[in-house]
Amino acid sequence: MEDYILQMKNITKTFPGVKALDNVTFNVKRGEIHALVGENGAGKSTLMKVLSGIHASSSYSGDIVLNGEVQRFNSIKDSERQGIAIIYQELALCKNLSIAESIFLGSEVKGKFGLIDWPETYHRTSEHLKRVHLDLNPETKIINLGVGQLQLLEICKALSKNASLLILDEPTAALTDDESERLLDLLRELRSNGVSCIYISHKLDEVFSIADTITVLRDGQTIITKPAAEITKNQLISYMVGRELSQMFPHVDHTPGDVVFEMRNWSVNHPQIKEKEVLHNININVRKGEIVGIAGLMGAGRTELMMSLMGAYGSNVRGEVYYNNEKIKIQSSADAIKHGICYVSEDRKRYGLVLMQDIKFNVSLPVLERLSRLGLIDDNELIKEVDGYVRDLRVKTPSIEQITHNLSGGNMQKVVLAKWLMTNPSIMILDEPTRGIDVGAKVEIYNIVNKLVQEGMSVIMISSELPEVLGMSDRIYIMHEGSITGEVDRSEATQELIMEYCTGIRTMNR
Amino acid sequence: MEQLKSTLKKNIQQYTMIIAILIIWAIFYFTTDHIFLMPRNITNLFLQMTYVGIASSTMVLIMVCGHIDLSVGSVIGFSGALIAYLLKHAGMNVWLALLITLFAGALVGVWQGFWVAKVNLPAFIVTLSSEWVFRGLIIGVTNSETIQPNNAIFKAIGQGYLPNIAGPDAKFNLTALIIGGLCILAYVVSQIISRNKKKRYEFNVESTGIFILKLAIISIVIGFFFWNCNKDRGLPIPVIILAVIIFAINMIAKNTAFGRHVYAIGGNREAAELSGVNVRRTTWIVFILMGLMSAASGIVYTARLNSAAIAAGTGAETDIIAAAIIGGTSPAGGKGTVVGCIIGALVMASLENGMSILSMGSFEKYLAKGLVLLFAVAIDYLTKDSNY
Repeated sequence: MEDYILQMKNITKTFPGVKALDNVTFNVKRGEIHALVGENGAGKSTLMKVLSGIHASSSYSGDIVLNGEVQRFNSIKDSERQGIAIIYQELALCKNLSIAESIFLGSEVKGKFGLIDWPETYHRTSEHLKRVHLDLNPETKIINLGVGQLQLLEICKALSKNASLLILDEPTAALTDDESERLLDLLRELRSNGVSCIYISHKLDEVFSIADTITVLRDGQTIITKPAAEITKNQLISYMVGRELSQMFPHVDHTPGDVVFEMRNWSVNHPQIKEKEVLHNININVRKGEIVGIAGLMGAGRTELMMSLMGAYGSNVRGEVYYNNEKIKIQSSADAIKHGICYVSEDRKRYGLVLMQDIKFNVSLPVLERLSRLGLIDDNELIKEVDGYVRDLRVKTPSIEQITHNLSGGNMQKVVLAKWLMTNPSIMILDEPTRGIDVGAKVEIYNIVNKLVQEGMSVIMISSELPEVLGMSDRIYIMHEGSITGEVDRSEATQELIMEYCTGIRTMNR
Repeated sequence: MEQLKSTLKKNIQQYTMIIAILIIWAIFYFTTDHIFLMPRNITNLFLQMTYVGIASSTMVLIMVCGHIDLSVGSVIGFSGALIAYLLKHAGMNVWLALLITLFAGALVGVWQGFWVAKVNLPAFIVTLSSEWVFRGLIIGVTNSETIQPNNAIFKAIGQGYLPNIAGPDAKFNLTALIIGGLCILAYVVSQIISRNKKKRYEFNVESTGIFILKLAIISIVIGFFFWNCNKDRGLPIPVIILAVIIFAINMIAKNTAFGRHVYAIGGNREAAELSGVNVRRTTWIVFILMGLMSAASGIVYTARLNSAAIAAGTGAETDIIAAAIIGGTSPAGGKGTVVGCIIGALVMASLENGMSILSMGSFEKYLAKGLVLLFAVAIDYLTKDSNY
C-alpha cells in the first residue's frame, strides 16, 4: 500500500457548455515531486483550482482525500488550513509591503494589546528566509526584489504556514536558467524534508530533471501517470498532444535580400533613474525575408530595446533607425505602424489585447482609419478582413465576436498576430511569441511565421528558449547586460556558443 | 426560436432595463389613476430628461475612457448663466450667443482635457476643481442675481414645439405625423439596406421572421412616440435636439475610429497605445466633447426655465453619472452604450415624474433613486458570469 498524501478520485467539473475535467484521478505520494503536464486547456489549472478550494466542493463531483481523510474545501482558506499552498504563475504579493509584512499578512504576530510585535516578526522572518536560502533583510520592500527572489519568497511564505503540499504553476516562466536551477535545488531539498510538490510546467527539460512521477492531462482526462524514469521526452509529448511531433521547428531555408531595417548606435537610459544607461550602443540589422533571433538571459535588455524603438520605454534615447536605407523617426507605435513596423509584445494580456472586447474589435483596432469611409467605419469590410485573417491563422473560436478574455494563450497570440497582419507590416518584431503556449499551438505559430517570411516579411524574434531561437532564426544576435555580445549565423550556431555569449563569457570584437 | 433566444441573451442587460421601465410605467399607470401615461404627461417626461440625456450621452464616453466628470453640474449652470447674460445684459443676437456659449463649453473641455490628457492628473481631481471654479464663475457672471433672458427664440429651444403645418386648430398634428412616418421609413429602409449589404458579403443574417419582428417592434415604439406628440402639443424642440445628439454621439461611439479608440483606451490603455492609438489626443477630444455637450445641456436647461440662477445645475452631475451607470456603463472603463444611458435617464425621469404626480416629496424621491441605482448595478453584477 502506497503512502499517498493526496488522492483526487473521479473528479468531474463542468462549466456551462464545457466539461473541463472528466473523471480525473490524480494521486500524489508523500514526499515526491509530481509533475502535471498537458497542453493549455487540458485542465491542469482547473484541477488545481478544485484542489485548492477556489472551485467550491459543491461545484464538482468526486472526492479529494488528503492524508486519508475526505476533504470538502470551499475556499482557498480551507485548503491552506490543511497544508496545501498554491503558488501562482502571476505572483500575488503586495509591492508596497516589506518581506516580513508579506509573509505574515493575514496572520500577523500579535504582542501586547493586540498590536503587532515587530521584533518577533522580523526574527521569525529571518528564520523563514534561511529555509529558502534567501539572504535578505526582512524589512526590504517587495518592489525592490527580482522575479527569482519573489518566487522563492512565495515558497517561503507557504512554508511559514506549514504547508506540506506545494503547488507550483509554471514557477520558472520568468526566471533565468540560474534562478530556475536554484529553485529546483530548493524543491529537491524540501522533498528530502518530506514536503510534497505538484509541479506544473511546459518546460519538459525541467520536468525530467526534477519530477519523480509525471501525470499527463489531455482534454480534461488523465492520460497516464508514470514514474519519470520510465518515460521519454518524445513519448511524453505524444501523450500530451496525442500525436508524435517529429519536427518541432519546421525551419525553412530563406533567401534573404537586402538590408531593410537597421538600428545604429542605439543607447537608452533608464526611464526613472535617468543617469543610468541601460542599453549601450546597439547595432542590429535585418534583411528582407530573414528571421533574426535575439537571444539573451532575462534582464539582458531585449524587450527594453524593442520597447524603446517603439517610443514606449526609456529616457534620453539616442541613435538612428533606418528603413530601406532611409533614416526614420519613431516616437510612438503609431509612427512605427506607418512605416510598416509592428511589435508583438511578450505580455499579450497587458500590451496585446483589450481583453474585455471581442476578436473583431482587437484585430481591427490599429486599422480603423483605413477601414473608414467619410469618417464612418465600414463594418462589413471590417468583418470580411478580420474573418479572413482569423481563418488563415486558424484561431479556434465559434465566432469573431468571442470575447478575447475567454481564449486560450495560443489563440490569444494568433489574434494578436492577426491584428498586426491587418497593418500589412514589412517588419514584425516578435517578443517571446510562444511564451505560455502549448506545444501544438507553438508549431502553428512557427509555421505562420515561416510563411510570412517566405512572402517577404522580415522578422526579429526575441526568445528565451534556446531551441526556439536556434530552430527558427537565420541569424542570431545575443545580448548581455544591455549590449550586443555576439552575432552568429545559423550554420555556426550551437547552444553552447550562444550560452557563452549570453553569459558574457565570450564577446565579439565589434 | 434558438436564434431568438441567443439574440435575447446577448442583450440581456438592455432588456432588463427596458422591462424595468415597463414595470415602473405600469405601476405608475395604475397608482396615478392613468394620469402617468396620458399624452401630456409623456411629453413632460421626455422634456424632463432632455438636459440629463444630452450630458449623459457624452458622460458615457468619458466613463468608457476610464475617467469621470464631476464638473458637469457647474458647467451646465455656467453655460446657462453665460447665455442668459449675453442675451439680457449684452443684448446679443441669439444665434451668436448660442455659438459663443457652445464654444465656451468646448473651451472648458480643452482646459480639463489639458490637465487630464496632457499632464496626466486624475480626472476626479481636475473636474472636482472645475466644479468649484465654475460655480464661482457663475456667481461672477450673474452677480449673484437670477437672470431671465426672455428671448422668444431662446425660450423655444427649451419649451417650444414645431408648428403644425396643418394649422394651429387642425384635428391632427400633421408635422408630428409626417416626421414620425419619415423616421419609421428611414429606419426600415436603412435596416433593409444594411441587411442586404450583409447578404452580399455572405454573412449570416437573422431569419426574415425575426428581422420583420424587430422592425415591427421598433417601428411601433417610434410610432407610439410621434402619435403621442400628435395627441398632445406637437413635437417638442428640446426632445428633437436630444434625439439628434443621441443619434450623433451613438454613431461616433460605434462607427468611428475615434469612438472605438475610446473603448480601447478604457479597456486596456497600454495595449491601445501600442496598437497605434493616440491616447492623449483621443482623451482630450472626449473632454472637449463633454464640455460642448455640457454647454448644450445648460442651454436647454436654462431655456426651459427661462432663468439662470446661481444654484442652477447643482448636483446635476450625480443624475447624469447615475443615468450612465444605470444604463450599463462601467465606472472602471471600457464598457457602456449611449442607448443604455438614455434608457437610464428615462428610468430616472419616470421615477421623478411619477412620484411627483403622487405628490411624493424629496424624501421618497431620493430614497427611490438611490435604491434603483444600487439595484440596477447589483442585478448587472450578479447576473454576469465573469468580470468581462
